[in-house]
Amino acid sequence: MKLTTDEVADIAHLARLDIAAEDVPGYCSTLSSILDFVAQLERVNAEIEPMAHPEDIAQRLRADQITGLIDRDRFQQNAEAVDAGLYLVPQVIE
Amino acid sequence: MSDLHTRSVAELSRLLAADETTSVALTEALLGRIGARDGELNSMITVTPERALAQAAAADAARARGDAGPLTGIPLIHKDIFCTDGVKTSCGSRMLDNFVSPYDATLVRRLDAAGMVMLGKSNMDEFAMGSSNETSWYGAVKNPWDVARVPGGSSGGSSAAVAAGFAPAATGTDTGGSIRQPAAFTNLVGVKPTYGRVSRYGMIAFASSLDQAGVLTRTAEDAALLLGVMAGFDEADSTSVDREVPDYAAGLGADLKGLRIGVPKEFFDDGLDSRVAACVEAALEVYRSLGATTVEVSLPYLKLSVPTYYVIAPAECSSNLSRFDGVRFGHRCENPHDLTDLYKRSRGEGFGAEVKRRIMTGTYVLSAGYYDAYYLKAQKTRQLIAADFARAFESCDLLMGPTTPTAAFKIGEKTDDPVTMYLNDIYVNGVNLAGLPGLSLPMGFVDGLPVGLHIIGNYFDEARMLNAAHRYQQETDWHTRTPEGFA
Repeated sequence: MKLTTDEVADIAHLARLDIAAEDVPGYCSTLSSILDFVAQLERVNAEIEPMAHPEDIAQRLRADQITGLIDRDRFQQNAEAVDAGLYLVPQVIE
Repeated sequence: MSDLHTRSVAELSRLLAADETTSVALTEALLGRIGARDGELNSMITVTPERALAQAAAADAARARGDAGPLTGIPLIHKDIFCTDGVKTSCGSRMLDNFVSPYDATLVRRLDAAGMVMLGKSNMDEFAMGSSNETSWYGAVKNPWDVARVPGGSSGGSSAAVAAGFAPAATGTDTGGSIRQPAAFTNLVGVKPTYGRVSRYGMIAFASSLDQAGVLTRTAEDAALLLGVMAGFDEADSTSVDREVPDYAAGLGADLKGLRIGVPKEFFDDGLDSRVAACVEAALEVYRSLGATTVEVSLPYLKLSVPTYYVIAPAECSSNLSRFDGVRFGHRCENPHDLTDLYKRSRGEGFGAEVKRRIMTGTYVLSAGYYDAYYLKAQKTRQLIAADFARAFESCDLLMGPTTPTAAFKIGEKTDDPVTMYLNDIYVNGVNLAGLPGLSLPMGFVDGLPVGLHIIGNYFDEARMLNAAHRYQQETDWHTRTPEGFA
């Protein structure tokens, strides 16, 4: 399978990744070889249940109760742009 | 004492208990060694001398009060994937170069509570995606056994640091071999516990159905000591399993008479270096001399474990890494003109080539029209791989084989061809897909480079696996050898 440059650009857009134009051919080639490699799975008999968890364990649930509080100011120290407890992004609505 | 850097955790523990050294003296010695020698290896991203010396002083004070356990005052290094309160936690990525964690991972908290001293944070493949530690934003890590070669990955900073005598133990994570393969390449014991055995809370997620935390040490005894503290239920990790933790250290030394070792014939395929195969055979002979029996078993779907892994792991990573959006934490591009531009350029600049490749692979296999053909098919194949292991364990107690097909390869040797790089993990990926515990153990040398024996246990049977490794180390001295340049 050979991905085209347009397909790689489309995947990069879906993944919200800015890829430099000169890097696209390289990704075309390596992504194509990875997809060729995983295509071996096509031969597998499909009449089995897909695995949900390696052990036979159900999802654990908990009561919907507040168990701890985070320090907002401390967490926001890792953000590039905040104001009055809010994260700042470029204007979304005109 | 000038040889403190070669001592195991258990030996250091005895020296501390006998007042033959102090945690402060030990910590100072190891910090000095890191400062003097890490320029040659690049194994550390952050060194935390102030925190280390404060923890060491507290450990010595606890000991003076008569309040010391076996790990009190023992230094260790954390892989930079574990969140450490107030300390940069980069995950080997430019994306998190500016990230200071506001909390501790559960594993970090537990080892702190046991009195251990954190010397710093080790280098790693970016977001744990790699088998050679060449994908780190902070540069490649070199193998102390031969600085032209890789130390394995993704826990390659941890493996290089312990092998070089910077600490007697380091934490690691293993999504598809990332503890066991670096351990094999650096003459260490590396333990990947059963999925759900050790909390993943505060461990930066790569592929959530595969990720598991573990440890790299020189001896199985040391791994048992640390795992005993790390393992156990954690409310904060929804995949953590609520099951009693045995006293791994107390179980060491048990007789191996009657132990049934399964040897999967698929581990000895054409890709295996015959000299590595000879080391495995010699190791099995040691086990037979200890009263174990060996039986050939078959894992027919093992050959599909790498392609299965390279659908599931990228799919889960593309989802997990969507949180890095340049808004709440992590790298943010300059002057974004709209929100899409903010996302795309922040991620484009923040992630390296291998991470982008995996995010795109994952995005593709999960995209509309392809999900059934790739992800669903991989989760079905995963079931077959797990069933292979279950069938094998009907006739044996442990599985053994090589950890890697060859000894450590050269830096740059496999970077141009991702599929060749991925195939280096042929013997280790399947264990993660099945959720089983695995361990790599020093078993000899090929051309002066260490190679590892891979031991795979049944679910939650870490104790048996660790005891088998410990008994082997009582009979052999491979693990006592240190790299010439870092003696």
